[in-house]
Amino acid sequence: MSTEPKTSKSETLKSEPKLHWLVRPKTIKGLWVGGILLLLIVTGLGTTVHPHSKFGLEGTLTFYSWYGFITCVAMVVFAKFFVGILLTRKDTYYDD
Amino acid sequence: MTIDTVLLNPALILILGALTIPVFRGWSRHIVTLALPLLTLAAIWQVGDGVQITAAFLDYDLELVQGSNLSRLFATIFALMAFAGGLFALNRGNVLEMVAAFAYAGSAIGVALAGDLVTVFIYWELMAVGSTIVVWSARTPASAKAAMRYALIHLFGGVVLMIGVIAYAQQTGSIDFVTMQADSFATWAILIGFLINTGAPPLSAWLPDAYPEASWSGSVFLSAFTTKTAVYVLLVGFAGTELLIWVGLYMIFYGIIYALLENDMRRILAYSIINQVGFMVVAAGIGTEMAINGAAAHAFTHIIYKALLLMSAGSVMYMTGGKRKCTELGGLFQSMPFTAIAGIIGALAISSVPWTSGFISKSMTTQAAFDEGLAFTWFCLVAASAGVFLHAGIKFPWFVFFQKDSGLRPKDPPWNMKAAMGLFAFLCIWLGVQPGPLYSFLPYPTDFEPYTQAHVYEMLQLLLYSGLAFFVLLGLMKRTLTITLDFDWFYRKLAVDVADKATHATAHFITMFCIVKDKLVNATLTLITEHHNPRGVLARTTPAGEMVFWMVVVLCAYLIIYFFV
Repeated sequence: MSTEPKTSKSETLKSEPKLHWLVRPKTIKGLWVGGILLLLIVTGLGTTVHPHSKFGLEGTLTFYSWYGFITCVAMVVFAKFFVGILLTRKDTYYDD
Repeated sequence: MTIDTVLLNPALILILGALTIPVFRGWSRHIVTLALPLLTLAAIWQVGDGVQITAAFLDYDLELVQGSNLSRLFATIFALMAFAGGLFALNRGNVLEMVAAFAYAGSAIGVALAGDLVTVFIYWELMAVGSTIVVWSARTPASAKAAMRYALIHLFGGVVLMIGVIAYAQQTGSIDFVTMQADSFATWAILIGFLINTGAPPLSAWLPDAYPEASWSGSVFLSAFTTKTAVYVLLVGFAGTELLIWVGLYMIFYGIIYALLENDMRRILAYSIINQVGFMVVAAGIGTEMAINGAAAHAFTHIIYKALLLMSAGSVMYMTGGKRKCTELGGLFQSMPFTAIAGIIGALAISSVPWTSGFISKSMTTQAAFDEGLAFTWFCLVAASAGVFLHAGIKFPWFVFFQKDSGLRPKDPPWNMKAAMGLFAFLCIWLGVQPGPLYSFLPYPTDFEPYTQAHVYEMLQLLLYSGLAFFVLLGLMKRTLTITLDFDWFYRKLAVDVADKATHATAHFITMFCIVKDKLVNATLTLITEHHNPRGVLARTTPAGEMVFWMVVVLCAYLIIYFFV
C-alpha cells in the first residue's frame, strides 16, 4: 500500500507551471496544420506562374518545392552521416 | 601629412579619433563613440569620384583616397556598422576593445577608399592588428589562444599579399589598384592574399575558430569588416576570374554543412558568414554588371543582418552569463521577446525571405548565374538558398529561443543593445521593402526587379519546403556536445603533436647523449687514472738495471737476426 499523499488531478494541474501559449500542444498542432496548408498554398501559387525554363529541370512542375525539400534532406544526411561520422569529436577535443 | 589630409580622409578620422576615446569618461565617451562613425560617414559622402588625396612614398604616389560608387558603398556600410557596433557595445566597459574595433573599422574604410596596392596593404595589416586585439579583448584563455592563431593566419596572408604587391610593382612599374588577371606569380600571390581574408579554402577555419571566442560585443564588429573588404578587393581586382566561382561554391556548402553540425550558436553564425561570403565570391567570379551589383548589394545587406544576428546572440550571452551552446539554451523567447524578434528578423533576412534585405540583394547573384547560362552554378545557388534557411534561418532562432525550455529566464538586454538591434532590424525590413535607394548606389545602373510574382512564389516555395525538411529531420538536427574537425586540425593538433614528439625525442636524445658522454668521460678518466696513477704502468718509475737488461735482450735479438737471417 502506497504511503505517498494522494493528490487530485486538478491539484496536479494547478501545481504545474503554466505553459506559454506558443508552446502549448494545441498551438503546436495548429502551427503544423497551418504550416502544411501554407506549403500547399505556395506550391499551388507556384503553378500559376509561367516558369522561366532555361536549363530544363527548373521548368518542371513545382520545381522549387521538391528541389528545396530534396536538397535540404540531402545536405542534412550528408552532414550527419558522412562529414559528422568522419570528423565529429567531443567539444573538449582541443582542450585535452 | 597635412591637417587637411587627416580631416578629409574618412579612414584617418575613425582611426585617429578612436585613439582619443580613452581620454573621455562617462557620457562624453558615449557621445564620442557615437559621433566618430557619423563624422566618418559624413566625410565618406564628401569623397568625389577619382583620386582625392595623394601622398609621396619612395618613388610612388600613394592614392590614399579614391572615390567610386563601389568604394563609397562599402565605406558607407563600414561606417554604419561602426556606429551600430559602438552603440551595442556602449555598456561593455572595455575601452581597448572599442579603440581596436574602431581602428579596425577605419582600416576597412581605408581599404575601400584606397587607390593603390601599397595603401591597400597598409590598411590590410592595420585591420589584422585591430581585429586580433578585438579577439584578444575577451580576456579569456581561449580568446588569447584563438587571437594568436588568428594573427598567425592573417600575418601569413599579409606576407603573401606583400610579396605579390612588390612583385607586381617590379613587373609592371605601377602600384595602381586596377583589374588584374591571375596569370603571373605577382597577381596569383595578390589573389591568394585576398582570398585568405574571405575565409576561402583551405584556411577557412580561422574564422569559426576566432570570431566566437571574442566578447559578446567583439564578435559583432568582427563579422563585418575582414571578409567584406576581401570581397571588395576581389570585385575591384579580380572580377570575372572563373576560379572564384568554384571557390565560392565550396565556401557556400562548407558553411552550410559545418553549421548544421555545430552546437555553439556563435560558431553557427561564423560558419554562416563563410557561406554568405561564398555567394559574393561566386558573384565576383561571374563578373558581369548584374553579378557585381549583386555582390555589392549582398555585402551591404549581409553586414546588417549578420551583425543583427550576432547582436541577438551577444545579448543572450550577456544576459545568461556567457551561455552559448544550443544544448544549454532554449525557450528564451518567453523572457527575451525583443532579442528573439530581432534574431528572427535577422534570420529571415539572411534566408532571403521576401520583404527583407536578403531577398533584394542575394537574388541578384542567382539571377546573374541564370542570365549567363551557368546551369551548375545556378542549381547550386538555388540549393544553397534553401540551405541557408536550414542552417541559419531556422536553426539559430529555433535552438536559441525555442526548442526545449531550458528553464533560463533572462530579461532583454540594456537600452543601448536593444537600440542597436532595433536600428538594424528596421534596416533589414526597410531595405527589403524599399530596395530603390540601395540599388541607386550600386556600381552599375540596374533595372533588376526583385518583386515579380514568379520570383516571390519561387522563393517562398524554396524556403518553406526547406523549413519542412528541418522539422521532418529534427531528430537528426538534435545538438550534441561536439565539434567538427577542420583544416585547423593540422596546426592545432597534428603540428602540436609532432612538435611535442620532436621535443620529447630531442630531450631523449640529449639525455642519452649525456649518459654516453658521462660514460665515455668516466671510462677515459678511469683508463688514464689506471695507467698514470703512481703505481700505473705509464707513471711508475722503472729501475735503470731493468732498462739495461731489456736493452741487452733487444741487442742480442738483433745480433741473432743479423747472423742467421
